[in-house]
Amino acid sequence: MFTTKSGDKVFVIDSHIALWDGSPANQRNRHGEEFINCFYNYHKISPKEYYWPREKFERYDEADLMKDVFEDGYVDMAIFQPAYLGEFYKDGFGNLKRNWALRQKHPDRLIANGWWDPRNGEMGLVQLEKDAEMYKLKGVKLYTADWHGNSKGYKLSDPWAQRYLEKSVEVGIKNIHVHKGPTILPLNRDAFDVADVDDAASSFPDLNFIVEHVGLPRLDDFCWIATQEPNVYAGLAVASALIHTRRRYFAEIMTELLYWLGSDRILFGSDYAIWHPRWIIEQFMDLELSEDLASEANNTLSLEVKRKIMAENCARLYGIDIAQQSARLGLPAIAEPVGVA
Amino acid sequence: MNQADQLEQVRAALDTVTDPEIDESVTTLEFVSSVKVSDDNDVSIEFRLPTYWCAPNFAFLMASDMRDAVAELSWVNSVSVRLLDHFSAEMISRSVALKQEFRDAFPGETDDDLKLIRQKFLGKAFERRQELLMRHLLGTGQKSEEITELRMGELMEFSLDPEGARLRTLYRFAWRRLRPGWDDGKLAFVALDGTPLDPTKLSGYLRKLAGVRRNAEFNAVICRSLLAERKAELSTVAC
Repeated sequence: MFTTKSGDKVFVIDSHIALWDGSPANQRNRHGEEFINCFYNYHKISPKEYYWPREKFERYDEADLMKDVFEDGYVDMAIFQPAYLGEFYKDGFGNLKRNWALRQKHPDRLIANGWWDPRNGEMGLVQLEKDAEMYKLKGVKLYTADWHGNSKGYKLSDPWAQRYLEKSVEVGIKNIHVHKGPTILPLNRDAFDVADVDDAASSFPDLNFIVEHVGLPRLDDFCWIATQEPNVYAGLAVASALIHTRRRYFAEIMTELLYWLGSDRILFGSDYAIWHPRWIIEQFMDLELSEDLASEANNTLSLEVKRKIMAENCARLYGIDIAQQSARLGLPAIAEPVGVA
Repeated sequence: MNQADQLEQVRAALDTVTDPEIDESVTTLEFVSSVKVSDDNDVSIEFRLPTYWCAPNFAFLMASDMRDAVAELSWVNSVSVRLLDHFSAEMISRSVALKQEFRDAFPGETDDDLKLIRQKFLGKAFERRQELLMRHLLGTGQKSEEITELRMGELMEFSLDPEGARLRTLYRFAWRRLRPGWDDGKLAFVALDGTPLDPTKLSGYLRKLAGVRRNAEFNAVICRSLLAERKAELSTVAC
């Protein structure tokens, strides 16, 4: 729970965290090494006092996560978004069993999302049913650029992806978190846009599509799609980390999102352990839109808007009652937003 | 010509090659890590992208654009372009040397060449540059209805400050590349599909283009941070 300078309590749900193993022991090949290298370079846009040594970054443990995210990081609840990456890591980069084990120890704190890959065919559909039951899945993280045999990526409009989306509805999954970077291959021109999210969102109006990293590197295309589809949401992970080195620029991104999507469809995420949620949340809660940006956004980053982004929007998607959850976690009650006197 | 002059000409040629996604030169982005000219006028260029994972199609576009830009210099005997530290480095370096199409470089992985991608990103560059120039002109007191009526020839005669002149040059370059048949009698500012702009809806139009610009900046910010870290890492390893 974050407390503002004026004493307001803000409940925080971090919609994007991980407990990964990128260590050399788990790396399958050079790709595994390069993948964690790339993350480590992203990590370096943190404030210096938050830098981790490489070994810790490659593999940290449950205690690190609990301390960083919940004790030091102001976060009240968090959602695991696992990236399996089976072609790069022997036991997966993100691992559902490991996530679930920690979730079982802290069921009021953690939600463990699953994942699926349409290229696993019929067997994967059976696995999805099992996972949904065993892990009580309400959401999945899809990594469309993941490699699989000769394939270097897939699209949500692929026929098999459609079957997995149907199955998701059937087993009670509501939230599809899509990491929609450009797939590396196939290299057709449509691998570059986020149009497949558009297709999927129209075909499955009962599912919510949270486009992680706000569609990076296609923010403009993403905003355009989000205006067409009411069930498309913006996940702030990665974008939020720019707040430290590029504060004004991050404010411009928020301007775009507020203008195109409004304040009800933006979800906070830190992408822990690439970045520690503490500094991101401190700086975000401190951020205001300058006059020019506020007029362009047709909105402001008021406390009410921040409450939505930090928790309320995500709570709605995951059926979390913030008041009940606060009581369960022994947190002080959150006052209703004070109206203008 | 001495070697210093040759290197300078190669550098100048490379300045004209852009990262299509960021719409900035590969030299200002510091992708080019080495340029050499042999006594026989063979040019070899090495470049490195911010990550091992950067999209290979963009890498391929930049590599072949670098090859073509340098090959245009009259004294050049041959050009080799090598991509370093990338998962598809070998395939890209080889097929650029063989002057293959992209689909031949990655057989079975793609069924069209890069023309459409190039066109798409040229369109984005056009919009981004157009927005910046129009905002500049509006800032100097030009009226919306004057801007939308302006011919390219008239725009070129405007007396602009250095920043305005720079934006105009960049924009005109994209304008001409997008519509190679157009002469200076054509409208300077049109939508991407060539239709005239409605002066009463100009602010909404510019609002939309701002997203294109910010997206490109977003990619540039991420790109630069990663490249800086990658360089730091390489120098540590070298020590």
